[in-house]
Amino acid sequence: MKPAPLISAFRTSLSEAWASGAGLLLPLGVFAGTATMVPCTLGAEADLLSRVGPGVLWLALALSSMVTLERVFQADLQDGALDLWLQDTGSISMVAAIKTLTHWLVSGFPLVLLTPVIGYMLGVSPDRMIPAMAGYAMGGLVFFLWGGVAAALSASVARAGLLLALIALPLYVPALIFGVQMVDAGFNSPSFYLLSASTLFALGVAPAAMGAALRLAAE
Amino acid sequence: MSNMLSYLANPLRFMRFSRIAIPIGFALGLIMIGWSLYNGLFVVPPDAKQGGDLMRAMFTHVPSAWLCMGLYAALAGASFVWYIWRHELADVAARAIAPIGAGYTALCFITGAIWGQKGWGAGWHNLILGDSRLMSVLVLFFLFLGYMALRAALETRQKAARAAAILAMVGIVNVPIIKVSVDMWQTTTIHQPSSVISIGNPEPRPEDSGMDAVYLQQLLWGFGGHTLLAAAMVMMLMRAEVYSQQADRALALKLERA
Repeated sequence: MKPAPLISAFRTSLSEAWASGAGLLLPLGVFAGTATMVPCTLGAEADLLSRVGPGVLWLALALSSMVTLERVFQADLQDGALDLWLQDTGSISMVAAIKTLTHWLVSGFPLVLLTPVIGYMLGVSPDRMIPAMAGYAMGGLVFFLWGGVAAALSASVARAGLLLALIALPLYVPALIFGVQMVDAGFNSPSFYLLSASTLFALGVAPAAMGAALRLAAE
Repeated sequence: MSNMLSYLANPLRFMRFSRIAIPIGFALGLIMIGWSLYNGLFVVPPDAKQGGDLMRAMFTHVPSAWLCMGLYAALAGASFVWYIWRHELADVAARAIAPIGAGYTALCFITGAIWGQKGWGAGWHNLILGDSRLMSVLVLFFLFLGYMALRAALETRQKAARAAAILAMVGIVNVPIIKVSVDMWQTTTIHQPSSVISIGNPEPRPEDSGMDAVYLQQLLWGFGGHTLLAAAMVMMLMRAEVYSQQADRALALKLERA
């Protein structure tokens, strides 16, 4: 495996993510906006908000991953970059993994850093904040990887947004559940181990599935 | 079983077999379902600890729960066979299984919710979402829906088949994880532990231990009947698909000559 295609995939997806609107500010804005909508829909009682706060952030994370991923492979398919990568590497799985991981780095990981602020706003207690952030980091990876599979499968569909959501949501369920539980249970709990395990599982399986789907889309 | 599958892998043999098997499957299936429903609804005594007369929903609920899991496994199996060996009939089968499977998942969580509403005294909306076993069935339902939506969205048959096969395989490796996660999420399921096969249920509560033979018998009739009915429906959809492909081919030939 030559490193050059991987580096070029990293660069393009970085600039893609940066160029789509206001760069970092866009996913952060969506994330923060969704989270601040919550008191408007559920009422502003402090007890309620601190109880549902972590869950709301999980939902915002899942939604923002789907918004980001809708066109992650479509542009490459249309401008021919996908064909070039296929010619160069023969195996598109690594390229696909790099692309989704870059998108996670640009639009998933900043949400982790923003979590203490929004968490504080929603009254999430400080001792739950660190497990929550670790959970968002790992759960975000799972979301972006399985979402990447859904995006790759629907890459040749013109308006894939809703299709992507329908395909990806059932695959999000485990990370969502383990993650929400982990916020309460902390690091020394089965939910933490299971979340780590499903992150590793997604890291292993999702790139192969993305590769197969992208080879199909490029035909 | 595998002998029979490889025998039927020949499309001609499949068409010959299914022409006879479909009416037999429908007739036998409906008779068995009818028999189990008649006995289940009118003959067997109501079971007080299962919600009285409401437990009669069991004779539809439990067979459909078994079938929707079996059908998803069959969908993934057929997708795998098609993906590796490119056997056309396997793809035709996968395509036909999806709507039947989605139907049985819907039947399962609807009957479960109706039964549970009275039986457990909870509103049915928070039953589906509040109970782990109904929730896993619901997630299965969305997996089926996603599969069908993906097939419908891609233009060419070949592309749709390949993408859908990848999705079905990704889905089946995730099903155990989903199951574990949903079980963890609602540790206090109000659903009773399975009382037909008590593997993995080492300490059944006394009231769950074993099922009376009168109920079990009707349950098995219902299960056999629904299996035959589902098989007949899947084969019918498969025949329709084979015919529609043949019609496309005939049309193409005709256009070529004209």
